[in-house]
Amino acid sequence: MADLTSDFVGIKSPNPFWLASAPPTDKEYNVRRAFEAGWGGVVWKTLGEAGPPVVNVNGPRYGAVYGADRRLLGLNNIELITDRPLEVNLREIKAVKRDYPDRALVVSIMVPCEEAAWKAILPLVEETGADGIELNFGCPHGMSERGMGSAVGQVPEYVEMVARWCKANTRMPVIVKLTPNISNILMPAEAAQRGGADAVSLINTINSITSVDLDLFAPEPTIDGKGSHGGYCGPAVKPIALSMVSEIARHAETRGLPISGIGGVTTWRDAAEFLALGAGNVQVCTAAMTYGFKVVQEMISGLSDYLDAKEMALSDLVGRAVPNVTDWQYLNLNYVTKARIDQDACIKCGRCYAACEDTSHQAIWMKEGRVFEVNDAECVACNLCVDVCPVEDCITMERLEQGATDPRTGRVVGDYANWTTHPNNPSATAAE
Amino acid sequence: MSNTQLTPGVVPGRLARGAYGDNFADMAPPLDAHEAAVAADRCYFCHDAPCTVACPTSIDVPLFIRQIATGTAEAAAKTILSQNILGGMCARVCPTETLCEEACVREAAEGKPVEIGRLQRFATDRLMAKGAMPFARAAATGRRIAVVGAGPAGLSAAHRLAMLGHDVTLYDGREKAGGLNEYGIAAYKAVDDFAQSEVAWLMQIGGITVKTGQRLGHELSLEGLSGNFDAVFLGIGLTGVNALRAEGEEKSHVRDAVDFISELRQTGDLSALPVGRDVVVIGGGMTAVDAAVQSKLLGAEHVTMVYRRGEAQMGASEYEREHAASKGVRIITGAAPVRVIGEGAVTHVEFAYTEEGPGGLTLTDHTFRLKADQVFKAIGQTLEGVPEGLHLAGRKIAVTGPGRTSVKGVWAGGDCAQGGDDLTVTAVAEGRDAAMDIHAALMGHQAGAVR
Repeated sequence: MADLTSDFVGIKSPNPFWLASAPPTDKEYNVRRAFEAGWGGVVWKTLGEAGPPVVNVNGPRYGAVYGADRRLLGLNNIELITDRPLEVNLREIKAVKRDYPDRALVVSIMVPCEEAAWKAILPLVEETGADGIELNFGCPHGMSERGMGSAVGQVPEYVEMVARWCKANTRMPVIVKLTPNISNILMPAEAAQRGGADAVSLINTINSITSVDLDLFAPEPTIDGKGSHGGYCGPAVKPIALSMVSEIARHAETRGLPISGIGGVTTWRDAAEFLALGAGNVQVCTAAMTYGFKVVQEMISGLSDYLDAKEMALSDLVGRAVPNVTDWQYLNLNYVTKARIDQDACIKCGRCYAACEDTSHQAIWMKEGRVFEVNDAECVACNLCVDVCPVEDCITMERLEQGATDPRTGRVVGDYANWTTHPNNPSATAAE
Repeated sequence: MSNTQLTPGVVPGRLARGAYGDNFADMAPPLDAHEAAVAADRCYFCHDAPCTVACPTSIDVPLFIRQIATGTAEAAAKTILSQNILGGMCARVCPTETLCEEACVREAAEGKPVEIGRLQRFATDRLMAKGAMPFARAAATGRRIAVVGAGPAGLSAAHRLAMLGHDVTLYDGREKAGGLNEYGIAAYKAVDDFAQSEVAWLMQIGGITVKTGQRLGHELSLEGLSGNFDAVFLGIGLTGVNALRAEGEEKSHVRDAVDFISELRQTGDLSALPVGRDVVVIGGGMTAVDAAVQSKLLGAEHVTMVYRRGEAQMGASEYEREHAASKGVRIITGAAPVRVIGEGAVTHVEFAYTEEGPGGLTLTDHTFRLKADQVFKAIGQTLEGVPEGLHLAGRKIAVTGPGRTSVKGVWAGGDCAQGGDDLTVTAVAEGRDAAMDIHAALMGHQAGAVR
């Protein structure tokens, strides 16, 4: 059993799996259940300022996107920050932290964009014994209409300013949660860094309408015939989150800035991918909301087995794939592969053929007896056949050795060469 | 009357009253909406799908399953019925395990095909529950066509011809239309009078006049029909039954399985239907299984099916054989009857084990006797009453292409005609294709426009 103990910006937890600030972490009751189930940490659902709390809608607040067999692939929500009084949350946070001193307990906060508001709440949170704070600059619905949440996260100057206020007014580590509803994730990340943030966490949810009721002609979830965009999360958003995490991890200015990875983590494998792309830990929400808190047990055993098999420490995994994230222009154009179909594994569904024939390069032959074979002279190695094949590893990509001739282009496979030196590149001659 | 399973002889009411309803309930209950959604999600939407290729009527299976998956079961039904107007019955009686579901790639992948038959039933049940006919009749052509035999082939041909605007007179020798759907299939495969409901639903296309009690060679003649109609389609089935050619075959309580099944299907009260305590069924096809299983369900104590060749040669599929075994039917293979024993009524049947040799099947000297107070013969049906002038191919009406017989203006399809397996679905395909050919022949160049 690998050691999964995690130290994220000085916050210790028995494993790197935290529950994200979200509905599952809104109350003491839920958080105690989460810790009993084995979660390493929790980011308490976002607190607002003192006084009358926000209210939520009283109709449906979630919408879903399904895959086959109603497997939940994406979830969106129009829930706001906690709708319980500040003092109740603070009292519960304190009680939970007292009983679970080994777990990470971070408190998410969202108050108006004024220093006084932040100054007022920070000591109250600090007094609970919480391990750190997360600034919710990401929530894309409701709160953003009131100048908070993603309305702050979309303006780098505000991100920097609020991060600085917080650093100046608390000794707790400050994590800035970023919204993906922005064209370049590096801008708010750099701003948070300039403001002195200890870490960033990303992604928050994505503006979304999950579906439209075709009888009511209204977006889902529908409240009395109307709908509002919500925040999208779950397995469907993972690729977007991975890309944004990797950009921060490899960008010269932000390299080394601790990242808490969020976005569709459902299995240990998803978590390992975030870690490999530079996240120091991960936060989970939708998987727990879909399957309950017990899912963390599979994440713990899976990550542990993986690290053991690779003979790596957790810290060895973090960032391990970052050097391999590059720009397109540096990809090796002499890496030539061809699709190979394992005839024994093939179940003859013909999806590879339909995909290639209709939408790609007509590089798969359908022969007598539904035998599907690759025509190397046409195969551009696009990988679509691999992606649509229902049988794992039935179709694979085989590399042509150096010196071999690609039957499609008639060219001999040479050494590494990329676009920067390619003769078709008008700028290539200017390259050294 | 207080008969039990142990009462000797052929007697009714062997079971408690309530047992009949349970025993003859729907063999494969319909999928509910959730089950259908889960089952439909398993379809891979294959290219040039093997299931469609395996279907004698070429139903676009991936399309109709996708239509179910996307919440449009009635569109799915239309996809099915456009190829096979008896898609409802076929969903119940097709040996899918040897057709579409055997070809399903998930059978290769996991040994568990997509439940195509049950999904087909889900879709067709949904549409038929509304009572709507999704096809409209084309403008009247003024052509009149006689369809002889209202079984699957005849119904299929009649519907297609009516849809194309022709006037159809549909004749059948029995009291009701439906053919084997009505008279020849195990009751638990088509519960709630489905065969008649389906006929009534199909007739909504309009332009079909049904005339029952009209037999070719009795009330009807081919010359007469040819003279009165623009074309004739024969879907007369196989009404003769092969003889055992075993000594003592004429003893009482030795009867044709098809008659027993027909009587069972038409009886209003199953508890009034007599059945033996020791029943022997001779044959290895679907009819043999249907007779054997239903005998058991009626309360026979021992039911044994005896087939002269090996398991692999049996007409009944593995699924059917397993179904029979699960109901307590014993199956003996490699034995043929040589003597029916008894004073007046049968008491035993003597069998000889058989041997496959280069010269064919021969009887060995090894014999055994089975106790039997009722014997059903299910060793195949034959063509009977073929009108003069029609050429035969072997023991069936010779046809070329889509059902053209040797007589101009006369088409044939279904079990009576050459080619294809003797299955409901094959008959539907042949009836449909003959109808299209009749239409083309009658309308000439105009036919393409209608299609």
